[in-house]
Parts: sequence; structure tokens; C-alpha cells
Amino acid sequence: MKQRAALRTAPSLRDTLSYRGGVGQWAWLLHRLSGLGVLLFLVLHVLDIFLASFGPEVFNKLLFLYHSWIFRPFIVLLVFGVLYHALNGLRLVIVDFWPAANVYQKPMWVGATIVSLVVTLITIAAFFWEG
Amino acid sequence: MEVRVRIQRYNPEVDEKPHWEEYTVEVEPTDRVIDALHQIKWFQDGTLAVRRSCLHGICGSDAMLINGRNRLACKTLVRDLGKVITVAPLRGFRVIKDLVVDMEPFFRKYRSVMPYLVNDERPPARERLQSPEERARFDDTTKCILCAACTTACPSFWADSRYVGPAAIVQAHRFIFDSRDQAWRERLQILNENTGVWRCRNIFNCVEACPRDINVNKAIAEVRQALITGSRGIEEPE
Repeated sequence: MKQRAALRTAPSLRDTLSYRGGVGQWAWLLHRLSGLGVLLFLVLHVLDIFLASFGPEVFNKLLFLYHSWIFRPFIVLLVFGVLYHALNGLRLVIVDFWPAANVYQKPMWVGATIVSLVVTLITIAAFFWEG
Repeated sequence: MEVRVRIQRYNPEVDEKPHWEEYTVEVEPTDRVIDALHQIKWFQDGTLAVRRSCLHGICGSDAMLINGRNRLACKTLVRDLGKVITVAPLRGFRVIKDLVVDMEPFFRKYRSVMPYLVNDERPPARERLQSPEERARFDDTTKCILCAACTTACPSFWADSRYVGPAAIVQAHRFIFDSRDQAWRERLQILNENTGVWRCRNIFNCVEACPRDINVNKAIAEVRQALITGSRGIEEPE
């Protein structure tokens, strides 16, 4: 009987998402996503600062974008992304430099996420307060 | 109790790609997944290919993906899984048939870290003595049974199969931190390559998957520290 070609061995993104890893797997995924999101904003930010070289009028025209309601959800996401990436990054630094502390990686992740969420909620409240 | 067991089947001689087949078996809640698989193979469908040897969680041959997580089929009780059990082969390896995967790439990486004691000095008349503290330094990593549950649960390994993987690092750790060993620097160099310890992203799937409860992430972090400091924290003889 004919032997078929070897199956693809590399697991797909779907395989990765369907694996029931622990907290660490989701912490890592969110870390990656928040990193990409922050990078995306950074590119936009470089672009808007670059427009300042065309004079204040051009720059001010662009700034309306950041103040529009459509953009606000992205600002909120940005706040969460920066905070989560920074605080979870601290968790990773702790685990890297104090290997024995890794038994606390779950509570550390919970802490990082709660602080990120609380500050994000405060940002949302500030938006509404400002109007 | 009656459970439904869904198994990912693949026979390279007839199948284009893997498919799922379902079996209903009568088991005791305290039976293990391997008992359910035996029932299927022995009394329902003899074509099912499954690998196991000691059946007591020490030979490491029946690691598989059970209900979405890597576990040993001989160490996982049916009552902990519920009425539906899904079983698939380990991810990231070539499937030979059904639940049997080709572990050769895994063992090649294991051999690449020199998993044996290297000491060129003449052995003493009785044995190379070691204090209890020196022995305790690498106790955790002596427990590894090479089942590959950790390596095949690791997204870094899924993304790039050249990564040496947690299991090989655990095995290297066992000798790097052994006070009697003299090849620890060489092992560190092997793990310093771009296929080595720096690929770990602290995802902790290895720690969750290990059936021997080894703190795999700690072992990897300790190897990284030894690389950064250039020392394994053991007084070296001149």
C-alpha cells in the first residue's frame, strides 16, 4: 500500500488556542497582543509628531483624531496595553532573576491584571467626567 | 460509569488526514484513561495504535493530549475528566499511527545536551562522594521520565521545532548542577545557542503538564542564570 506523505507536524494557531494550558499561556498571549498594539500606536505616534514639522496648523488638525469619540476606545485599550505589558513584564523579570519566585507566578499575574484593569476603568471614568 | 471516548485516529496507509472516532466504554470512576483505551483496543477495535509500557507513570511512554492537556494516560483517572474524554497524539511530532508519535527528534535533542556524568578523574575506590546539600541542588530534575509532555505543551517548541525544548534543558540541568560533573561549561554553551534556553518565554505550560511535578521553568531559569553569571554556584576545584 502506498505510504502517504508525512503529516504536517507544526501545530497551528488553532491548536495553540485550543490547548488548555494554565494562566501562563493566556498571560503570554495577552502580553504578545498588547506588545503588538503598543507598537502599532508607536508607529502612529511617530507619524503625528512628524506632521508637527509642517507647522502647528497641520499638527492641530490631526489632533482632532485623538479627541474624537471614535478614537477613545483605542486610547482606553492603549492604557490597558501599556500597563499590562509593563506589569506582566515585571512578573517575567522577577521569574527570570529569582527562579524560586516562580511558584507565585499566578498571583503575580492576577495582581498585574487587576491593577491594569482598575487604572483602565479610571481612564474611562475620566473620559466621561471630562465629557 | 459509562464514558464516551473520542480518539483522534490516523493511519498513514489509508487516511489523507486524521479524523475523530468515538467509542463508548464501561469503566470504574477510579479507572485510568489507559484502562479505557485498553478496553477499546482489546474488545472493540483492535486497529487502535497506542503506546504504553509500565502502566505506572514511570516509563514515560503514554503521554498524550487528554481533554486538551498533555497528561500520562496511566496517571489520569476517568473520574477527573467527566463523561466525555478526548484523546489525541502529542503535538509537534510526526504521527506514526493513531496515538503513536515519532519521538526520535525528541531523543536527538536529549542526546545533544550530553545527558550523562562527565568526570575524567580516576574514580575513588568506592564512589564519588557528594554532600546531601550538593545532591539536593539538582534533586528536582532527576525526576524526569522523558515522556515529552512538557516539550509538546510548549508554544515556543510549536512555533519552531529546532528549539531544544524544556525536557532536554531539564536533563541538562540535572548534570550542570551536579558537583561531580566536569562538562557543565560545555552543556551551558550548547544551551546558549539560539535553539537553547533563550527561546523560553516563561509560558509555564511545561510546569502544568509535567506528570512528575518538576518545576521545569525554575530549572530553565537557573540555567539562564548560570549562563549570565558564568558560574553554577558550586565551588570549583582548581
